[in-house]
Amino acid sequence: MLRGQQSWWFEKAPKIISTATIVGPLEGLGPLADTFDVIHPELDMNEKTWEKAERLMLNQATQKALTKANLDSSDLQIYVGGDLLNQIITNSFVARELAIPYLGVFGACSTSMESLAIVAQLVSSGAVKYGMAATSSHNATAEKQFRYPTEYGAQKPPTAQNTITGSGAAIVSLQGKGPSIEAATIGKVIDLGITDPFNMGAAMAPAAVDTIIAHFNDLNRTPLDYDLIITGDLASVGHPIAKELLLKEGVPINQTCFDDCGLRIYDIEQQDVQAGGSGAGCSAVITYGQIVQQLTEGKLKRVLMVATGALMSPISFQQGDTIPCIAHAVALKGMGVE
Amino acid sequence: MIYFWAFVVGGAICVIGQLMFDVMKLTPAHTMATLVVVGAFVDGFGWYEPLVEFAGAGATVPITSFGNALVHGALTELFDVGWIGVISGIFKVTSAGISAAIIFSFLAALFVKPKG
Amino acid sequence: MSKQKKKTVTKYSKSNMSSTEYQSFAKTQEPPRTVLKNCLMAFLIGGAICTLGQGVTELYMHFFKMTSEEASNPTVATLILVSVILTSLGVYDKFAQIAGAGSAVPVTGFANSMASAAIEHRAEGLVLGTGSNMFKLAGSVIVFGTVAAFIVGIAYIVLGIGGH
Repeated sequence: MLRGQQSWWFEKAPKIISTATIVGPLEGLGPLADTFDVIHPELDMNEKTWEKAERLMLNQATQKALTKANLDSSDLQIYVGGDLLNQIITNSFVARELAIPYLGVFGACSTSMESLAIVAQLVSSGAVKYGMAATSSHNATAEKQFRYPTEYGAQKPPTAQNTITGSGAAIVSLQGKGPSIEAATIGKVIDLGITDPFNMGAAMAPAAVDTIIAHFNDLNRTPLDYDLIITGDLASVGHPIAKELLLKEGVPINQTCFDDCGLRIYDIEQQDVQAGGSGAGCSAVITYGQIVQQLTEGKLKRVLMVATGALMSPISFQQGDTIPCIAHAVALKGMGVE
Repeated sequence: MIYFWAFVVGGAICVIGQLMFDVMKLTPAHTMATLVVVGAFVDGFGWYEPLVEFAGAGATVPITSFGNALVHGALTELFDVGWIGVISGIFKVTSAGISAAIIFSFLAALFVKPKG
Repeated sequence: MSKQKKKTVTKYSKSNMSSTEYQSFAKTQEPPRTVLKNCLMAFLIGGAICTLGQGVTELYMHFFKMTSEEASNPTVATLILVSVILTSLGVYDKFAQIAGAGSAVPVTGFANSMASAAIEHRAEGLVLGTGSNMFKLAGSVIVFGTVAAFIVGIAYIVLGIGGH
């Protein structure tokens, strides 16, 4: 049901009935290690190429989500997935394995909530009974495609972010038990002219702010309606910017916990990750890991997850173009919350 | 004594590169390309050879000396065989460096996987 | 059953910050680069690599009876080999995060750029991967160096400078 210009309110709220999170070694050494289902000790996961390792992770995440829900892929009517690689190739191969009707999406690091919102809408409107949303990112595949060969000695500036190696999948249905998806706000592309691909936090912050404000306006909500409002990967440079922009527009964001997945996934002081984590998998492994766990246990009642993405290509910034960004928000409600 | 100057001059050229990274916010590719061109022009003015005499490896190890070597090759060949030397001589002096880099990199690719 | 809450409708205004305003604002939020520390590390480490190069040259001059000019080629080749080995071991990039230009500016940086590209793209095969991509990063150095040398050569011809 449309609310305002860009939000969907789910009268029949679909539930996240199972999730799975798979991460790499660096994330396994971070503060959220025990919230993940599988931690791979090696970045190559014993695969021949980095790209195959990323596919392995996403395959594992999707299969594990099915196992945990006691379902077979033939029980699902839609798989919506995306990743950072050209032609979202990781998902093409994973969708082949799943053999579920497939919609590939590209939202860069906002893919997790983009795919979850679409699946929630399809389930809520009765188009599908069971649907799965999943995404992944891998540090080496992202570096190879967007930046430099992984062994190249380029000094990263303090604004740079570390693409996380991780894959998250969630199965959504009207049947079964789990935290529910109340609403989603689909973002618009926002571009305030940042050109530095090593400072994506600053590029994405305005998009997060735009979507958050749209969400509150469309649904007549305020920050107090949520225990936690968490952005995808603005990290230590972008997150304070977003906070300040929100306060500037009179949004009392400081009345609730306002955090960021890129800040949670690593110990920024101890781990060599500059400004923090980023990547399509970042918001996925935290939402489908820690957040869903806390919503299930009753530690959190309502969460607004705002996944942020920088929609540039390797060529666009070489050609001097700016970085267009987007943010998609999904409102999650804990089990047993009115 | 030459060790001291190798250290100081080599270090100084690296500091120029670092300032290009941090203050001018240039990428490594832009920085190295600029330094090579600078080295070439400095040799064009005839000032690079004296620097090599003075600082030894402090002048021959940084990437600027690559520009110096390219110009050297071109000019030596120019004076030896005439105007065509400007094209035919460019890689004469540097061929050891480029060949070594290609061969060793290729061997590395044969035997090693990237570690991330 | 549900309580009817009379909610005051709060409408937040969307930000109308212009691009230029935002870019200036974002600049103020950037953590400053530790320029002094970076320059110090670049100086020390770059200087050390050059001193090592000097040592290698002296070794070649001593043990192989070369003149300092003759020794420069094997010196460069040795440094390149060391850099390729460190790149292959996966340590050069970690070292470069501290050294910055100190590891990028010496010829070791050039070798690292080629070796890292060659190793990374082996996944796409030796011909299309390693072969085509080896000069991905080093190519601009070679291109610009060559063009600059050509310009200097032309300048010499035009100015009629002879005898070096």
